[in-house]
Amino acid sequence: MSEPFRLPGHTGAALAFSFDGMALTGRSGDTLAASLLANGIHLVARSFKYHRPRGILGAAAEDPNSIVGLGSGAHAYSDTATCVELTAGLEAHSLNTWPSLRWDSGAVLGRLSRFLPAGFYYKTFFWPHWRWYEPPIRRAAGLTVVPVGRDPDRYDRAHRHCDLLIVGSGPAGLSAARVAAASGLDVIVAEQNSRFGGSLLWEALAIDGADGRVWLQQTLHELQRYPNVTLLSRTTVTSYLEHNLLLAVEQAPGAGRWRQRLWQLRARQVVLATGAAERPLVFPDNDRPGILLASAVRYYISRHRVAPGRRIVLATNNDDGYRTVRVAQEAGLEVLAVFDSRADAAIESPGVPVHRGAVIVATRGHHRVRAVTARTLDARQTWTLACDTVAMSGGWNPAVQLFSQSGGKVTFAPKAAAFVPGQERQGTIVAGAAAGTGSLLQCLTSGFAAGAKVLAQLGLEAPPARNWRAADLDDHIEALWRIPASLAGAAKQWVDFHNDVTDGDISLAAQENLQSVEHLKRYTTLGMAPDQGKTSNVNGLAILGELTGRSPGEVGTTTFRPPYLPLSFGVIAGRATGALFRPTRPLPTHVQQQQCAAELQEYGAWLRPAYYRQAGEDMAAAIAREIHAVRNAVGLLDYSPLGKLEIAGADALEFLNRIIASDLTTLKVGRARYSLTLDEEGTIIDDGVITRPADDLLVMGTTSNAATRLRAVMDEWHQRECPQLEVWISDVTTQWAVLLLTGPRARAVLERTDLDIDLAPRAFPHMTIRTGTLGGVPTRIARVSFTGEVSFEVSVPAGFAPALWQHFMEGSRDLGLTPVGIEALDVLRLEKGFLHVGGDTDGTTTPDDVGYGAMVRNKKSDFIGRRTLALACANRSAALQLIGLRPVDGGRPLAVGAQLFKAGAPRTSGAGHVTSSAWSPTLAQPLALALLARGRSRVGERLLAWHDGAARPVEVIEPLRHDPAGALLNG
Amino acid sequence: MLLIPCPYCGLRDESEFSNRGEVVVRPDPDAASDAQWVQYLYFRNNVRGWQSEYWVHTHGCQQLFVVRRHTLTQQIERPA
Repeated sequence: MSEPFRLPGHTGAALAFSFDGMALTGRSGDTLAASLLANGIHLVARSFKYHRPRGILGAAAEDPNSIVGLGSGAHAYSDTATCVELTAGLEAHSLNTWPSLRWDSGAVLGRLSRFLPAGFYYKTFFWPHWRWYEPPIRRAAGLTVVPVGRDPDRYDRAHRHCDLLIVGSGPAGLSAARVAAASGLDVIVAEQNSRFGGSLLWEALAIDGADGRVWLQQTLHELQRYPNVTLLSRTTVTSYLEHNLLLAVEQAPGAGRWRQRLWQLRARQVVLATGAAERPLVFPDNDRPGILLASAVRYYISRHRVAPGRRIVLATNNDDGYRTVRVAQEAGLEVLAVFDSRADAAIESPGVPVHRGAVIVATRGHHRVRAVTARTLDARQTWTLACDTVAMSGGWNPAVQLFSQSGGKVTFAPKAAAFVPGQERQGTIVAGAAAGTGSLLQCLTSGFAAGAKVLAQLGLEAPPARNWRAADLDDHIEALWRIPASLAGAAKQWVDFHNDVTDGDISLAAQENLQSVEHLKRYTTLGMAPDQGKTSNVNGLAILGELTGRSPGEVGTTTFRPPYLPLSFGVIAGRATGALFRPTRPLPTHVQQQQCAAELQEYGAWLRPAYYRQAGEDMAAAIAREIHAVRNAVGLLDYSPLGKLEIAGADALEFLNRIIASDLTTLKVGRARYSLTLDEEGTIIDDGVITRPADDLLVMGTTSNAATRLRAVMDEWHQRECPQLEVWISDVTTQWAVLLLTGPRARAVLERTDLDIDLAPRAFPHMTIRTGTLGGVPTRIARVSFTGEVSFEVSVPAGFAPALWQHFMEGSRDLGLTPVGIEALDVLRLEKGFLHVGGDTDGTTTPDDVGYGAMVRNKKSDFIGRRTLALACANRSAALQLIGLRPVDGGRPLAVGAQLFKAGAPRTSGAGHVTSSAWSPTLAQPLALALLARGRSRVGERLLAWHDGAARPVEVIEPLRHDPAGALLNG
Repeated sequence: MLLIPCPYCGLRDESEFSNRGEVVVRPDPDAASDAQWVQYLYFRNNVRGWQSEYWVHTHGCQQLFVVRRHTLTQQIERPA
């Protein structure tokens, strides 16, 4: 029979779906949980720790039990069945069970429970080692399976500013929206459910003498007509951040362009009308499938026309639970008895035996509750009833999570036995059940008052007062936080269904003197699961209070942190996946690089050639060939990522001289100078060559990827320390492409271009810059060398770089012109012992450490870092200094990072480490640079380089190995 | 995420800015003692309450400016 528990009156279309392979039928408009219950399925999961059978407990986001797997393969994800809208063909399955949900082998853990108390992993499993136990424990404790492959779904982002954001669309939220909308404010209403209305959709409520749903329809029609109102359904506000920024996740209603969308909502005012969630009662074996929150029982009957069962027992400590009796009776279901823990409860319930001062002390049934035993608190009377459903009502928790996230304080209201919003921090207004006001009339009026208050705060006219005819009765509650041990015996009373925390675990925590609720949480894992303690927090802390002689208010709550509900990784990533995850920057000659068979790799954000492939070559051979070409003919490299900062203006030289470590006062127009840039602590943050193309223009070369950072450093220094200087700082890195020609025939290549610059060595020597035109295009050419060979850095406006590359390649083949990659360039500079900032330096390296002490000492005027280097403590005798290393045992290069030791010294802490290392084809030997304590005074010394369990003998040498006199460089 | 009042661009999201720490005054490097210099380099008040701090509109107009921020409540004011 299809849907045996469906009640008459559902108008939705039939939809086929499956659970654990069973073909089932549900209805459109249902949640997955409602459709499962319509098919009589309560058992949907096994608990996290003991693999206890667990059923659907709640109606919405508060449900701690019903996490199920959905879809498969790359589409696999998990969600709570009470939050999943039923769609045709939906495939759901239970998680963390083997071989099946009904016969789960992990359930043996339940029998071992006395060996697995709270904090058990801190106390046991130490012998012989935790790692023996960890894999099976992790396997048994999983909550889902990781999807296979890339998530094929799309996720989107949306940003909005608004005057008023209302979270929740129950009577309070809609009442507030109506007031604000009429005043023309830009209003957004975010509703988690697929339909607006909150409790109006399922509670039997009357407004002004009519069904509450009439008021709901009128209000929604009215709001939809306002162009200034945005109604977002299926949109869960998950985070309340600073300055009224709220994040919300919108679920697509069906298959669409995106699955989820993350909203960033910046609101001038926020009204939280987030409602409340019912608490379970804590009694022995209260976790069996078929035991539901009383409100959930009415919700499934009224909203989805589903009977959770046919023979119902109600356990309650308050008046509200009795509403479930009436709703169940009207649906033709049998309510067997009410057990009300209040001895003096005044409320009546016609047609049902009400046992006052009585509580459930035992339940039976494995996969579904079959019977309950109840007893009076004075133990004088006992009942045992066969039933298929227990509705439990422990009072209501206002949904204060977002309020708490916003920085608001929550306080305990003893009359309602609940934590309610207290002092706000961001002007947040809370209305309706979220504020602890239970009745419908209070929801409507507090929502109206919230809307009016927003208008007043924004300086708008207040609307005329309104009144409604609606129920305004306060429900009476007398909290009973758990069943006394005298009645309960040894049976477990479950507090946190998700993490399997019992009142016994809380007792153990209290016994071990964990008094703070935050400690309780961490020790027992109470409230730490994906449901974040929505059903368990208050019960847990109240029990801790009982055990330690404090009221719930004195114990206090744990801090609520975002997100309110779990987020998918997809919605966090949004569109920033694949190529958009970390966009790369192509070179101006990207197309030409591909034509030259470049092996393109990411260096920082730039996509640059590592080396160029040729048939029959491996990477090492390619690098050796490229190096040989530079040393003997000429190499060509697109050097555009080199940072270029222009410092222009009458005070350009004066300004830059205050920044960098070199003395620029003697830098003439047309000259270039190497310099280090330090931070105020005297540490090297960059190096580069500064050129002076014109009297009032300096170009500062920076390491690739450092230009942005250095421009910011200089801009800030200008504004903060010397705003009187007339200077403009611009990052022109991507405006000017740079093609580097390096090698003995570099000049010959350049001579074959239409260039109006005299290239003769005397007219254009090393460390100078010339400006002119190249083929009619403005150019700046600098003679600067990072390779040790004659080099011309030819800058042209970036758009001309492809043509110039093409011209060089086609016009100079006979000269042996060879494109050269970054890897070859790195070896070339290593042969020259040139520094690579960031590789050969770290966060402690000063100029003296890398041999530039004189640069700092000789400069007389102030610059960033100078005073710090003059501190008495800056003279570190054991400073790591940059030196060269030569392995004396053969041809393999040393490992970068290898630690240096003296032979015979204890291998506890090295005297230094290798920072750069490669095979030098030019010198036919391996070379390395290293930072070594007192390194410069140790040239010639033998050390051991320790790496990966082996020590290799090395000799400390001068870093500069190739052409030490610089004859080639200056040629 | 805070809203930061840029003197040129108005209220903008914090993600457009860089926080550059408490307002400190760089002493005259030639006159400052070692102790004074170290104080400037490394010591901050780290107050619980109102604090003046530098912000730069990095992904905007590049302006450096001072705001007063309450480190507990995250209220923000432009200094008078």
